[in-house]
Amino acid sequence: MLGRLTLEALPLYSWVAFGGAAVTVAGGLGALVLVTYLRAWKVLWSEWLTSVDHKRIGIMYVIIALIMLVRGFVDALMMRAQQAIAVNGEGYLPPEHFDQIFSSHGTIMIFFVAMPFLTGLINIVVPQQIGARDVAFPFLNSVSLWMTASGAGLVLISLVLGKFSQAGWTGYPPLSGAEYGPGVGVDYWLWALLVSGVGTTMTGINFIVTIVKNRCPGMIYMRMPLFTWTALCVSILIAFAFPALTVVAILLELDRVLAFHFFTNCCGGNMMMFPNLLWIWGHPEVYILILPAFGIYSEVVATFSRKRLFGYASLVYATAVIALLSFTVWLHHFFTMGSSANVNAVFGIATMIIAVPTGVKIFDWLFTMYRGRIEFHTSMLFTIGFIVTFVIGGVTGVLLALPPADYLMHNSTFLVAHFHNMLIPGALFGYFAGMNYWFPKAFGFKLDTKWGVRSFWFWIVGFYLAFMPLYLLGFLGMSRRMEHYDNPAFQPYLIVAALGAISILIGIGCIAMQFYVSFKNRVALVDATGDPWNGRTLEWATASPPAAYNFATVPEVKEIDSFYAAKQRHEAYRKPDGYEDIVMPKSTPLGLVLGGLSFVLGFAVVWYIWWLAALAFVASLAVVAVRACDDDSDYVLPAAEVEAIETARLAKIASADLHDVSDPVTSAGGVPLPGRA
Amino acid sequence: MKHEPDGAGRLRRCAQIAGTLIAVALLAGCGLADGPVISPKGPIALAERNLLFTAFALMMIVAIPVYVMVALFCFRYRRSGNGKYRPDWDGSAAVETVIWIIPLIIVIILGTMVWDKTHDLDPYAEIEGHGTPFEVEVVAQDWKWLFIYPELGAASVNELAFPQDRPLKLKITSDTVMNSFWVPALGGQIYAMAGMRSELNLLASEPGAFRGRNTMYSGDGFSDQHFTARALTADDFAAWQEKVKAADNALDARAYVELAKPSQANPVTYYSTYEPNLFDIILRKYAPNPGPYESEAVAIICGGTA
Repeated sequence: MLGRLTLEALPLYSWVAFGGAAVTVAGGLGALVLVTYLRAWKVLWSEWLTSVDHKRIGIMYVIIALIMLVRGFVDALMMRAQQAIAVNGEGYLPPEHFDQIFSSHGTIMIFFVAMPFLTGLINIVVPQQIGARDVAFPFLNSVSLWMTASGAGLVLISLVLGKFSQAGWTGYPPLSGAEYGPGVGVDYWLWALLVSGVGTTMTGINFIVTIVKNRCPGMIYMRMPLFTWTALCVSILIAFAFPALTVVAILLELDRVLAFHFFTNCCGGNMMMFPNLLWIWGHPEVYILILPAFGIYSEVVATFSRKRLFGYASLVYATAVIALLSFTVWLHHFFTMGSSANVNAVFGIATMIIAVPTGVKIFDWLFTMYRGRIEFHTSMLFTIGFIVTFVIGGVTGVLLALPPADYLMHNSTFLVAHFHNMLIPGALFGYFAGMNYWFPKAFGFKLDTKWGVRSFWFWIVGFYLAFMPLYLLGFLGMSRRMEHYDNPAFQPYLIVAALGAISILIGIGCIAMQFYVSFKNRVALVDATGDPWNGRTLEWATASPPAAYNFATVPEVKEIDSFYAAKQRHEAYRKPDGYEDIVMPKSTPLGLVLGGLSFVLGFAVVWYIWWLAALAFVASLAVVAVRACDDDSDYVLPAAEVEAIETARLAKIASADLHDVSDPVTSAGGVPLPGRA
Repeated sequence: MKHEPDGAGRLRRCAQIAGTLIAVALLAGCGLADGPVISPKGPIALAERNLLFTAFALMMIVAIPVYVMVALFCFRYRRSGNGKYRPDWDGSAAVETVIWIIPLIIVIILGTMVWDKTHDLDPYAEIEGHGTPFEVEVVAQDWKWLFIYPELGAASVNELAFPQDRPLKLKITSDTVMNSFWVPALGGQIYAMAGMRSELNLLASEPGAFRGRNTMYSGDGFSDQHFTARALTADDFAAWQEKVKAADNALDARAYVELAKPSQANPVTYYSTYEPNLFDIILRKYAPNPGPYESEAVAIICGGTA
């Protein structure tokens, strides 16, 4: 009846594992109690869980990312603590627990922090940047969200029932195969990837269509804001790369459940196919994570340098070139597999070529700062911290792209330091910059800068402390994923790295404080105009938070930085001649239901509860059929109501100060504040 | 006629010297100068390390200007500063050309280096050295390393001994999950995979004991899955051979199957003899159709049951 799910599944094998389960369960129950206490169930259901509004969906994505960031960071902290004391077999974690932790850390940070964070930001911002009222497929968007959430749910529940994968986040077979990796761990990992991966693929398709089809009049490709450009490239990468991940996950699951032999040692299996397929997804994935951050940096650096973006066309071409080349370099993840010198050299050179457009981007941002009026807002600090730190990651990346140097450094902590160097300053700092930059757009009030600046300093100092020692440990010959070690020379470096992790912990605490303090001071921090930073692109033309339809009248664009230009022409806040009825998609619980069913399906297969898996599968097909037959999925917002909302908004703007920062144009040349008619 | 290096060649040489100087200064400060990667004990590791340093120095051509510009621009163009302000300046053909061309040139230089050095340092390429290569067959197991010496008719676990003056030619496979064979002081690294044979050629330029290990996570005993690579002088190598002989320990089919079972932190073990063609039989174990077996020993090893 319950397959292989028995009482054995409870994590009673160690106090640490039991503690993790207890915290997870308590966290879940705590959330339920809190919602009940606040009597928020009705609002939560009708305004959020069933919403198909891209802004709400985006916010929920970011919330998932932040919750999972805490979970993934606890893993990191536990690993750093273990390695700091684990000389000569000391330490508090046994290997069969340590390996679950590094596997879940990588899986969570990539799939359930970085992916939802960037998807959330794209969701909140991109439709507004292109002057659209919603994404192309709002319901699909809701399904994507809930499938991502159910993937995250599978990772979380693995802490309570059974174990997580012990084969690392890349899960190379045969270690992840049925023979060497029995149990439910790898299945949890695979189904978390499968379920969330399908959701991500649909997000990619959704945003390709949205950006191609839903741009407002005049928004030709070469006028799109850089963030939208990166979102477009990323969506294309997702649509092409994620199917490879889905396929490789299915193949491995067939090996495990139905005793196929795609990747097994024996019987004609070939384990070398797995890394190839995985990294055909995995390398584009690196750019899926990093390109949106590049887009954010481009927006932030122009806004807070109070200048037009330098080299717009260069940045666009560089983005496109990176996206294209990202499919040509996957083999550099396993130069040490024994390919011929010709093959390794070709992939090494291809990898280095990517450094060129990346370098160009860095210089374009620097020349945007050149002759600007730089304002050190939290998001700008994250951008500068990124530029400085990312260069180190770029240099070490080129070093690892030299196959002979890679033979020496592969799988060492040098590699670990390198990819964290790319993903923390490269991607995560960008998302934090975006969070600080667009928070007022999403919620109508700004984030507190004092705590924001603190969070930046603790993060960047923590990053250097945590990962520079790992570069050096690579030179000392330390392998990655060591549960203990017998070389006492490693220990001082690992203690410094642990201190770095503590600094990052404080950084995370500062972000939590930032939310709390900002919420408390939300009246003082209010963004009445919808344009708190004297922004340049269209998303600042809407109210903060925007009305469900974003734009009452669809804007017309004549140039890059069109909103800034409109402010200078005193056209930004002009009352339109009239309003029209607006057709909007209705909320529906079916996205949530589909996500829930995919969770049940994944959970059932993990535990071999076949009847339940079949039921969930049939039920989800039925839900899709029901939705497909529903022709009444939109509602009409009457023009009168739109007019009421817009009149109130314009009245508020007229009375409020247009920008909280005086425009440097004023101080420099005496030109009046743009937009102030 | 004296050979004049061309521009790129000269740049590469300068970069190598500069890179070595910078790196040594940095690393010595951190007490790392003795690390296996920084002070290699063989020509392969040395060449790989030098490549690392050269590329590092070349990259500084791009990295240092970035740092200078960040510091300068943040200071000069800060909000309260006196730097010029040109809000509409958004492009310059000259600047764009430079920022595309300079990285491109560096990548072309690095690219030619990659091509040359990847071929020079191909792990499968035999190394020129004194005498014929000393061949050793390496088997990764859960969680230890088995070394088979066809030339000596002997085998050892978790210790790899070889004469210091001869090139070392390793044939590597796995009798378990994917492993990766790494001796950072001697250079190179290559995966060990069941049913497949990879190769690695190394050379120690001085006698010594160096740490080697598996770097590909393989399960519970992974942390302790390391071994000592001993480059021995002629006398010491002879003495080592005597020690192995004296162990009087046979690695026959049954003993092999016992050994291959998972075990952690295995002590160094010597085998004075081993099952003939052991390495090939282990490879064959994972063939699509390993049978029919011509002997009981082959059947035992391929079946994995003693």
